[in-house]
Amino acid sequence: MTVTTRPPTAAEQATPGPPSRRPRRRRRSALGSRAAYAYVAPFFVLFAAFSLYPFIYTAWVSLHEVNLSNPDQMKWTGFGNYTKLLHNEFFWNALKNTITIGIISTVPQLCMALGLAHLLNYKLRGRMFFRVAMLMPFATSIVASTLIFAQLFGRDYGLLNWVLQEVGLHRIDWTSGHWTSQIAISAIVTWRWTGFNTLIYLAGMQSIPTDLYEAATIDGASRWQQFRHVTIPGLRATIMFTIVISTIGATQLFGEPLLFAGDGKTTGGASHQFQTLGLLMYQQGWTNFHLGQAAATAWMIFLVIIIVVLINAGLARGRTRGET
Amino acid sequence: MRHRFTRAARIAGVVATAAVLAAACSSSKKSSDGGTGNGGGDKVTLRIGLFGTFGLKDAGLYAQYSKLHPNVKIVEDDVELSSDYYKSLQTHLAANSGLDDIQGIEIGFVADIVANHADQFVDFNTVPNAAQVKSTFYDWKWGMATTQDGKTVGLGTDAGPEAVCYRPSLLKKAGLPTDRASLAKQWSTWDDLVAFGKKYESAPGKQANSHFIDSASSIFSAAVYQGQTAYDDAGGKPIPETSDGIKSAWRFASQAAQAKLTAGLDQFTTPWNQAFANGAFATISCPAWMLGYITSEAGQAVSGDWDVAPLPGGAANWGGSWLGVPKASKHQKAAEDLVTWLTAPEQQVAMWTSQQHFPSSSTAAADPKVAGAKSEYFNNAPIGEIFGESAGKLKRTPIGPYDTQIQQAFTTALLTVANNGKSPDDAFKDALKNIKEVVGD
Repeated sequence: MTVTTRPPTAAEQATPGPPSRRPRRRRRSALGSRAAYAYVAPFFVLFAAFSLYPFIYTAWVSLHEVNLSNPDQMKWTGFGNYTKLLHNEFFWNALKNTITIGIISTVPQLCMALGLAHLLNYKLRGRMFFRVAMLMPFATSIVASTLIFAQLFGRDYGLLNWVLQEVGLHRIDWTSGHWTSQIAISAIVTWRWTGFNTLIYLAGMQSIPTDLYEAATIDGASRWQQFRHVTIPGLRATIMFTIVISTIGATQLFGEPLLFAGDGKTTGGASHQFQTLGLLMYQQGWTNFHLGQAAATAWMIFLVIIIVVLINAGLARGRTRGET
Repeated sequence: MRHRFTRAARIAGVVATAAVLAAACSSSKKSSDGGTGNGGGDKVTLRIGLFGTFGLKDAGLYAQYSKLHPNVKIVEDDVELSSDYYKSLQTHLAANSGLDDIQGIEIGFVADIVANHADQFVDFNTVPNAAQVKSTFYDWKWGMATTQDGKTVGLGTDAGPEAVCYRPSLLKKAGLPTDRASLAKQWSTWDDLVAFGKKYESAPGKQANSHFIDSASSIFSAAVYQGQTAYDDAGGKPIPETSDGIKSAWRFASQAAQAKLTAGLDQFTTPWNQAFANGAFATISCPAWMLGYITSEAGQAVSGDWDVAPLPGGAANWGGSWLGVPKASKHQKAAEDLVTWLTAPEQQVAMWTSQQHFPSSSTAAADPKVAGAKSEYFNNAPIGEIFGESAGKLKRTPIGPYDTQIQQAFTTALLTVANNGKSPDDAFKDALKNIKEVVGD
């Protein structure tokens, strides 16, 4: 958008020519900038209606005691919902679960994605096929994939237990155990998101100049050394991006544990062994009807995300500074 | 591109965008607007909001009613999960808009409607022939939908009197009796049932990988309604720590879980569904509506290898629904007429014969088509007689708005006893903690 609001110089005014040309153009430009606001307005109107308003209203609700049965009757409690939450063992349990599931799903996921992207960056036969195949899990609906994984991890008729038994090991009650259920859920998350991150890394790798690799090859660097000393430093910004995105995703984890429990149960297993913060919020609001409490949890999730992202960013920056 | 638009066109564009947005934000419930008539001979469209498999349509009742009343068109809005349905009903009730002319009400939330929204529903004590209508229903069914000051928010559709369904072939392998009469004697109390289950588990010939009963919640959710109180006191306030029903039900159920009599399954999940067809358990406590569930999950291969015996410890009810008419309905009168007709004894008999939904009307339950019913799938068990006897003996236990969640807290805790080796006392404390989350302090 070019905005020409500077007053015409004397020379320009003196120039003979179509008299209406200049002012007309100026008017259209001013109007053009106003029209630009109209063009971007739909996004901001929608953003205000569906993001900003709920965001602020959630904060308002979180300061009240509200029941889903009578959402109009709000009783002011100040920060009561927040203090209650901080003294609630289910909150700390959910926070712990969210962190552990987050770690055991995100770390292997990003490492695998990096490795796969490195392999796919070489000239392979059928490279295109592999690249597309990578994205298939991501394109599968969360419901379909979780239901299938829940079947694989079934105690009595699950494929995994059948295999375990065939090779002479004990069957595992995946859902009832603390770590087994968290590993099962992490497997779903990892399966779903590895391909996505691979493609992001791949895109990042392709922007690294090939001369660097050629130079490294001439210097006699092995592929592993190339990966460590050329690829990783070149991908720093991309890695940062995927870490932030995965962290946010892990903190909000909801669909997988909900569907893994089956029958719409929101406790995240019989002893809350895989109840995440998202699931706890849903349970408070829609199973237990305490909307105010759920809103407070939503804001706590938001705070947790900010804190974790800041920690990650700090760590990454510290590393960068340490290495350069 | 930019240059081709005139100022007027740009402004028009902005206005149009705004109009589209405004329309998008306000469209929601347009489609549910029915006919314009007021019931008097004009065309009327009645919307009926239901959940799950109510079966009114499948039983052909809408078609039949439209034949009798050609001016009435019935449209059904069905939501699959009753919990989802309840959430949207709650929001509609809170806003007092977007309600259908008739709303289905399930036992899980009837107490909430009675306690918090009774004024928004037509009181069925004020409709024509109210006394006569009332006399066709079981007292306990009528009472559950009635407020303390005597307003009735809906008319009953089905009920869930309970019995025990079992696999004769599995009991036989374990060397146990298989006929209804001796089983009724052998497990006349829950203590007997637990003792019987222990015999099953220790029998050398029992089918490998099978257990006596599907889950501890099978015992708990049936036995809890046999106390003076179940989850709530007479005022609908939850009393999980003191209720006699909970106390005894917990004792029986946790004993069974601890003695490994259960298959440790979580009811209504996929593994539980799969277990039906795999013969993973020999018994399950079954409300009348469970018969259809068993038939579809276990399949025709085991037809005749299921049977029904009376429930230990007396009568109990699990489930059942009502139909209510919101006062916000524009066709209140026509909706009342339809509800009265749909829940009348003749129609409840039809619901039993075509959908196996047990009547909540005592008149219908006495009809030979119900009382004399036998089921081939269930080894010709006299199901009409067994469930009818249970329904007739039922007494009303108080219910409350949080019963579903409280029941789930207990049945979930029972799973940790069965599968994680938790002690019953610890599991009970866990359940109480969870209940505190629901009902507050």
